[in-house]
Amino acid sequence: MVIKMWLNGKLIEDVIDADTLLLDFVRKHGCYSVKRGCETANCGLCTVLLDEKPVLSCSVLAARAAERRVETLEGVREEAEEFGGFLADQGAEQCGFCSPGFIINVLAMSKELEAPSEDEIKAYLSGNLCRCTGYMGQLRAIKSYLDQKKAVVS
Amino acid sequence: MIRVKNYVRAASLEEAYQLNQKRTNVVLGGMLWLKMGKRSVQTVIDLSGLGLDQIEEDEEKFIIGAMCSLRELEVNHSLNSCYDGVIKESLQHIVGVQFRNCATIGGSIFGRFGFSDILTCLLTLDTYVELYQGGLVSLHDFIKLPRDNDILVRIIIRKDRRSAVYQSFRRTRTDFPILASAASFTEDKLYLSFGARPMKAEVLEINRSDLADINTEEDFKNFARDTAKKFKYGSNMRGSAEYREHLAAVSICRALKALEEVSYGN
Amino acid sequence: MNSVNSGIRKKDAMALVTGQPVYTDDIAPPECLVVKVVRSPYAHALIEEIDQTAALKVPGIVCILTYEDVPDQRYTTAGQAYPEFSPYDRLILDQRMRFIGDAAAIIAGESEKAVDRAMKLLKIAYRVLEPILDLRQAKDSDIVIHPEDDWRALVEVGGDPKRNLVASSMDAMGDVDAALAACDFTVERTYRTKANQQAMMETFRTYTYLDAFGRLNVVSSTQVPFHVRRILSNGLDIPKSRIRVIKPRMGGGFGAKQTAVSEPYPAIVTLKTGRPAKIVYTREESQIASSPRHEMEVKVRVGADKQGVIRAIDMHALSNAGAFGDHGPTTVGLTGHKTIPLYARAEAFRFSYDVVYTNHMAAGAYRGYGATQGVFALESAVNELADQLGMDPAAIRELNMLRSGDVMPAYYGETLNSCALDKCMATAKKMMDWDEKFPARDMGNGKVRGVGVAMNMQGSGISHVDTAAISIKVNDDGFYSLMTGAADMGTGCDTTLAQIAADCLGCDVDNIIVHGVDTDISPYDTGSYASSTAYVTGMAVVKTCESLIERIRKEGAGALDCGYEETEFDGSRVSCLKEQKSITLKNLANQAMCGNETALFATESHYSPISPPPFMVGMAEVEVDMETGQIELIDYVGVVDCGTPINPNLCKVQAEGGLAQGIGMALYEDIVYSEKGKNYSNSFMQYKIPTRLDVGNIRVELESSYEESGPFGAKSIGEVVISTPPPAIAAAIYNATQVRIRELPITGEKVFLGMKENE
Repeated sequence: MVIKMWLNGKLIEDVIDADTLLLDFVRKHGCYSVKRGCETANCGLCTVLLDEKPVLSCSVLAARAAERRVETLEGVREEAEEFGGFLADQGAEQCGFCSPGFIINVLAMSKELEAPSEDEIKAYLSGNLCRCTGYMGQLRAIKSYLDQKKAVVS
Repeated sequence: MIRVKNYVRAASLEEAYQLNQKRTNVVLGGMLWLKMGKRSVQTVIDLSGLGLDQIEEDEEKFIIGAMCSLRELEVNHSLNSCYDGVIKESLQHIVGVQFRNCATIGGSIFGRFGFSDILTCLLTLDTYVELYQGGLVSLHDFIKLPRDNDILVRIIIRKDRRSAVYQSFRRTRTDFPILASAASFTEDKLYLSFGARPMKAEVLEINRSDLADINTEEDFKNFARDTAKKFKYGSNMRGSAEYREHLAAVSICRALKALEEVSYGN
Repeated sequence: MNSVNSGIRKKDAMALVTGQPVYTDDIAPPECLVVKVVRSPYAHALIEEIDQTAALKVPGIVCILTYEDVPDQRYTTAGQAYPEFSPYDRLILDQRMRFIGDAAAIIAGESEKAVDRAMKLLKIAYRVLEPILDLRQAKDSDIVIHPEDDWRALVEVGGDPKRNLVASSMDAMGDVDAALAACDFTVERTYRTKANQQAMMETFRTYTYLDAFGRLNVVSSTQVPFHVRRILSNGLDIPKSRIRVIKPRMGGGFGAKQTAVSEPYPAIVTLKTGRPAKIVYTREESQIASSPRHEMEVKVRVGADKQGVIRAIDMHALSNAGAFGDHGPTTVGLTGHKTIPLYARAEAFRFSYDVVYTNHMAAGAYRGYGATQGVFALESAVNELADQLGMDPAAIRELNMLRSGDVMPAYYGETLNSCALDKCMATAKKMMDWDEKFPARDMGNGKVRGVGVAMNMQGSGISHVDTAAISIKVNDDGFYSLMTGAADMGTGCDTTLAQIAADCLGCDVDNIIVHGVDTDISPYDTGSYASSTAYVTGMAVVKTCESLIERIRKEGAGALDCGYEETEFDGSRVSCLKEQKSITLKNLANQAMCGNETALFATESHYSPISPPPFMVGMAEVEVDMETGQIELIDYVGVVDCGTPINPNLCKVQAEGGLAQGIGMALYEDIVYSEKGKNYSNSFMQYKIPTRLDVGNIRVELESSYEESGPFGAKSIGEVVISTPPPAIAAAIYNATQVRIRELPITGEKVFLGMKENE
């Protein structure tokens, strides 16, 4: 079947199978940042924004995303670099394999939550696994990032 | 992984229902559980286009479309200002936000899964499912029915002044529960529900008048132990039947105390 | 020093945080054949017949390989220096299946769907055999897992496949039985650990192709590119000169990729078909057919006198190698050799071990590499001993721990030159408020908080063995290329090696580009394991810079027309001391492209005769719900002596990450098998690595000693960081509940049952 989708702001059209997953679809269209880490929807590496909501692209049929807006890290380059810099300053990107899904979810969180507490941050991001960092450096980066955003606003 | 030959975004519930009568077709909920199976499906039926993703309410009830995501229920302010926030409590430990943005309430309830937190929770509220053919069925009855080819359209929760509490025990904080436990007080009834036993949730209805003799700590513990025995438990990778029964007893004690506290506030 | 000891960003940081396509599956050519492995459903079986007819008919299927299509050359897939201690007991495909998940056939096709269909249609008839599924029943069993005649061991490690023994040995000093008998207090216990998975986020994957010269190019997420070249040469029976191995960015390894898990399959497909081929392991395959930690049962006897001086330690380790020997003979040595030496006042010790074959998946290398299992056992035993003595477990360690200058008979006889373990303990106590919190506090709400402590050491490279060479050249305009064979798996060693070079060469770290690893070009390095990169490869960087500076000075002397002895190089220019002349490195480098005789290129190789241990102290605070046994980890403190930290940020993150894995091993990660040997812990749904809600608060500090033999005083940090949580947490739980858990993981149910038993 043929579908149309807005991928990172560009309208694309392609032939898919009924069971083509959004994850494989976006990778086929050059969005290599989106990774697969498991088969059971546990790891969060495949997180993309679907109509601005963070979802697991491994568990969304491409067909279901037809006519809708999908964003990956490739489409939010500036924001990714901005938050990514805080991560890099901690040395907390490490192997980088969980970074894209994690950063997408951090960006979604910073839009959805207002001045989140540490517990709220951890709860929001609980679906993003990381094996390298022990999560502490990621939290330090997020706090610095949110503090800086707050400072800019005020 | 599941294999699918055709995808149809149903234009009407009737179309969806007709397609679903074929054994090799299936309705697509959040697809999280479905994807992990090894089934070969002819046509997957997507209800996304039918406006079933709204949470509505009137004076008497909440009307929740089957395609509402678990996350939408979790963050709905109105829904969670009722029933002491148990709906949020029962949902917020499930894997992660992205997962809950995909999982649907319809898929979760229709599946009547053993591990389901939300099923356990809703059994202690005045909950009904609206089936396309079968009409309105109480959740208490629905959990006893076998899966069939009907379509779950809405979940309805009647508003009342009951107090409710939800507890769960897990090995890691976002894992399946070792035991899911829900309890609620209406004016004259106590509802107790245990899920992830590992079997799916069952609910027990007790007259509050029968609780009148429970006063001391000892009374609480005895009542809890005896009541816990009224449910069956099994052993699996996450825990033994014996441990689950113990957790059930502990959570009954804690639930009663929490409900007493909350009801005084009402 | 400008670069060393500064927390600069990794060189690849911005590429990674913007999601650039730099990993194996991102750069694989789209025309790669999809390669999948058909896996045995039986733990022990012989393939009787394979019927390929239906499978071959599937459109898009290019080849199906069985045991009849592979070289009859047993080899090992363990990434170790040659000659390997690992037995040569594998074939790429064997007729005998030795675990559920063992490779029975390889299918390659033009699409994943085609291969999946063919996998369903391939008919394999097995003769099912009785398996050995309990490591305690393996030695001298009637069932022999490796009865083949061509099993061979290049190095004598006490292996005997007829007895299902991969390795066996004993090491002792003094009369341990007499010494224990003379002790006032002794503890004798058995501890058990499971076959934990590294669970790196990027699973195993490799793609292969034949280049224009007909050579097999292997692009793989591997920690051991040079070993992979040899491994494939052995397994495929082709010369090493026909193979090139390239390592792109990796999504983690932790030791899993110190074994050639995925490489052989696409490699043989490419050889047979001439076409590019790729395999990407699923998470399930990475859980059931990978290279996990060795399951071990460790018996410890430890004794002390009335003062708390630990006089004797007797340890016996039974290690489950699984279906193949792999890292079996080498991991087990660390179980005793990286634990017993910590107790410097012991007059006698004995360490013995058996490593056995079973019909579980073959175990491999996982951070800690055998030491972790030993740390759980010995540190737990010492905690139990302290309790018997009525002594603070921090104090018993302070009394007995290694100090700088000690000779370590249980550690290959090496002398300890740098040790800040005492400072680590003091700092940890302060951070945890140990004196206040030990042993436990009743919180008054049905919960009790307990604290526990453990200490450990690891090594820095394998003494006399780990070898690293570094090449550095000066390019036009005076920027440097540093070429290394060390595999950065996300740890950032590409950056830390550049930091060392920057300080040696007197330049900015951004003036150095790092290239690694391509076995055709890179200088030899054993690979990234054994915590060798900072200490061994780092020292190779230092040596190479020295040689390069000599060449720069020589070239500069020529350009300035002055004697070599009169020149000096300050990082940016060569100056003539006698006359006020100088030439910038930039000009020198540009001039050196014409009429040059002294290549501005140096390569040096380094090994170390010693392996200076890094040290760590870990303290855990747990809260236990006394009604249910449910455990919450509140706080974990880790203080590390890694020598000089080359990059303190990266050191801190290494420690935090390692502790999180140790916490997972202690509390959450379980391996469960069916009666028939099927691994149920086959996904992240079942195998629960900690989420960010499960690690409590992890706090890390560095207490640095200075190791003369290491670059700028550095030792290592990669592995020492993982091992303290299991014993520290077990002790914290005992202090809260009086329940001893001696088999991991520690669960609420085990605590509940323990409390019930105590009643």
